Amino acid sequence: MATSELEAVQPSLASELVNDFSIQVATVNGSGSQSSNMVLLRSIFQMGIPVSGKNLFPSNIAGLPTWYTIRASRKHYIGRKQDANFLVAVNPETAREDVAALQPGAAVVYDQPLQLETLRSDLIFYPVPFDKLVAGISADAKLRKLVRTMIYVGVLAHLLRLDLAEVESAVRRQFHRKPKAADLNWAAVQAGLEYARQHLVKRDRCRLERMRETAGQIIIDGNSAAALGCLFAGVTVAAWYPITPSSSLCESLLDLLRKHRLDPATGKATFAVIQAEDELAAIGMVIGAGWMGARAMTSTSGPGISLMAEFAGLGYYAEIPAVIFDIQRVGPSTGLPTRTAQGDLGSIAQLSHGDTRHVMLFPGSVAECYEHAIAAFDLAEQLQTPVFVLSDLDLGMNNWMSQPFAYPSQPMRRGKVLSADDLQRVGEFARYRDVDGDGIPWRTLPGTDHPDAAYFTRGSGHNERAQYSERPGDYAGNMDRLRRKFDTARALVPPAVRERPGAGRVGLIAFGSSHYPVLEALDQLRDELGIDAGYLRLRAFPFGREVAGFIESHELVFVVEQNRDAQMLDLLRADLAPELAPRLQSVRCYDGLPIAARAISREIEAHLALLAPGIIGRLTATPA
Amino acid sequence: MSTQVNPKLNRIGLEPADYKGGKTTLCAGCGHNAISERIIDACFELGVHPQRVVKLSGIGCSSKSPAYFLNRAFGFNSVHGRMPSVATGALVANQTLLGIGVSGDGDTVSIGIGQFIHTMRRNLPLVYIIEDNGVYGLTKGQFSATADLGSTLKTGVSNDLPPLDTCALAILCGATFVARSFSGDKRQLLAVLKAALAHRGTAMIDVISPCVTFNDHEGSTKSYKYVKEHEDALQEVDFVPAGEEITVEYEPGAAVEVVLHDGSRLLLRKLGHDFDPTSKAAALDLLTRSHEKGEVLTGVFYVDAAKPDFNTLLNLVDEPLATLPEARVRPPQAVLDQIMAGLR
Repeated sequence: MATSELEAVQPSLASELVNDFSIQVATVNGSGSQSSNMVLLRSIFQMGIPVSGKNLFPSNIAGLPTWYTIRASRKHYIGRKQDANFLVAVNPETAREDVAALQPGAAVVYDQPLQLETLRSDLIFYPVPFDKLVAGISADAKLRKLVRTMIYVGVLAHLLRLDLAEVESAVRRQFHRKPKAADLNWAAVQAGLEYARQHLVKRDRCRLERMRETAGQIIIDGNSAAALGCLFAGVTVAAWYPITPSSSLCESLLDLLRKHRLDPATGKATFAVIQAEDELAAIGMVIGAGWMGARAMTSTSGPGISLMAEFAGLGYYAEIPAVIFDIQRVGPSTGLPTRTAQGDLGSIAQLSHGDTRHVMLFPGSVAECYEHAIAAFDLAEQLQTPVFVLSDLDLGMNNWMSQPFAYPSQPMRRGKVLSADDLQRVGEFARYRDVDGDGIPWRTLPGTDHPDAAYFTRGSGHNERAQYSERPGDYAGNMDRLRRKFDTARALVPPAVRERPGAGRVGLIAFGSSHYPVLEALDQLRDELGIDAGYLRLRAFPFGREVAGFIESHELVFVVEQNRDAQMLDLLRADLAPELAPRLQSVRCYDGLPIAARAISREIEAHLALLAPGIIGRLTATPA
Repeated sequence: MSTQVNPKLNRIGLEPADYKGGKTTLCAGCGHNAISERIIDACFELGVHPQRVVKLSGIGCSSKSPAYFLNRAFGFNSVHGRMPSVATGALVANQTLLGIGVSGDGDTVSIGIGQFIHTMRRNLPLVYIIEDNGVYGLTKGQFSATADLGSTLKTGVSNDLPPLDTCALAILCGATFVARSFSGDKRQLLAVLKAALAHRGTAMIDVISPCVTFNDHEGSTKSYKYVKEHEDALQEVDFVPAGEEITVEYEPGAAVEVVLHDGSRLLLRKLGHDFDPTSKAAALDLLTRSHEKGEVLTGVFYVDAAKPDFNTLLNLVDEPLATLPEARVRPPQAVLDQIMAGLR
């Protein structure tokens, strides 16, 4: 099928891209492409090659364009890559635009009738007659439609040299509950493969080669990982309201609980999962359950967080444990419900009216979605306050490879709870008294069988005996104690991680799903600009002392985040000694796409270009 | 009807003082105070363990009242209109405790209508009391959504929107014990409260509770005078605790007997209406007709003692979820290993 144009752009073998490229699959949602993409991802993973998959989908159930990006990276770069090397164009609606967006030299596998080869002369085109190929698979039009996208798996298997045994095993795994469907899909893969063998001449630069970099690793999405964390944290009450992109967290949790938390003796549940009427009710249930002493959680996204504001303030002020997962999406308002952002931290830090401060955790990987879920329940009970876990759509809904998760090494930390025996021994109980000087009072649980156990919980002003009070001293004293408690939290939350030591005076701060792109961007800065920047990854708010320490030891600190308003930078600035604040420089990405390494390094490069050469030299020099 | 022999001590050996609450800060003569007293009486006479009770409320005059009864019970004065969700979480987390929720007509019927409806629907085991005075007291006398059409504020402003009937709503939405009473009707309210405490499921009691400060004037349909003049008691309500004999004799067919979950009995002696409290349709019809006549119909409108409550539907273990030990809520390492192996 070669044309003279194609020959003109045929690259030399010297620039072959082995295990270092990305494939963008442009399809229509509801077309079954999800399974095909999973098979591709799994096949690469099973070949031992680091890989990531990102689903870019519309807020719609069927019939609108959707893109899936698979990136293979021998260097373990599993963040989003801006430019695709390989396009699979099977959606007529977007095919032309998708082709137009490619960089010269990229390859396009496309549905032959779309005639995309006429659009550009600087790309490599692989036409595939999907309908003709799928016609031989089944006489049933419905089935043909379901397996149609598997054709491109076969085509790519040939072009990219996917290990066929791994492809077949991925297909069988994907359809393990339906052997007939597995056979049919495998037949479609083979049809694509056979066609490619006979009709396509390999001219692109992308190739896969077996590695040993994924042995023992798992593939999981962040929401499933967080649900696993909740399971092993011993959650007993979950209340939730469906909202993209968080729904799969509680759905996955419910599945896990049904499998692993029915009492073996009675078959009864050691958990309650309640689908509430809205997010207001969901958080109300969590607060009620937390007050009762249960490990209770909810998961939601931005609009739900807005609705939870009043209860969040009650939880803070009445000091009730609660765990709230916010799988962030693009706001404000409905925003882009199926796109990712880190845009809620500013509002959550002070969610509700009055002087309110909330503890936030920022998982930076699927493993941390799991670990922070466990930590969140411990922290909520230790601190007697709502704890928010801020994941996002990229982390929560996309599949990531990871080391397997570790079993909790510590028993559950249930915090300061007085039993009836304790009450008998201590003789006196004042719910909101700072007995230990850490701002954290002792509590009793409803049902404690002691005449002095009960207290009255209220969101109105109260003294240390939990009695209604409007006395100025009582109010101010209580608020000061809550601030002390928040200071105590600094040392209890997961500390920031010094991911890269760096060798100059330039530092980088990031958190959450920016982590992997940042690692890649750091390599770009080092390899392309000779800057070896230090990197501190934040994992929680309030910030531990190590955060100010990192900023003190760097003169220029880039704060990377996925929102418009530099929300993390604002929180840092408010927390730092004023003289340190000018060292912070913002790097932001807020277009709804997962942040890409190139966007980070480019922005840093642009900032540095504005500085006088002498300053750059001083900032980047390795200290003697 | 109570059969307490020794009024000083109840069946669990406690005296009335063990059921007292804090000193009320509501207005003198407020209907809510009478309701608090009846709750104290009912719990004392039934021998409810005060430490086994949780009392929850939203915001408003009504919602302050849990502080005025059962000091030895845990209380939670939560968020305006959101008592039902807090109660849901609390009572799912510990289904061994007895929940008493106190709300008002503003708290339930305006801001909290959504949570009210869904709580009825779930049949959460909760005694849900609406202290219903037709106005917002704490904000000085605005109409609430239970104010009757044409009733007037002190300023003379007339209400031109129809009221929502909490009892009709509760029946429609799935509550399994629905009654209306009057704070001034000691005997009936006490019997209804006792039956509600014995019921397993949502027991919704709308108690007309006049606001002496903002809604007790001529032109109000929630004043003491109006309710006294227009109350139409559907039945004479008697409660017979489990294991006690019925001491009152009834003509055959003159009373309906409902056996409640714990074996206690609710006796509803007919007064003028031939009424079946197990029929939703009959109850809704009766409530509608009574409204049309401008009467304040009181009594037990609907009871279904057999329908499973929310905690039964959730198939919860017998022990409180809140205090299950780690060994029962954290699966062993083998479970994690197996899950991890499946993700490789």
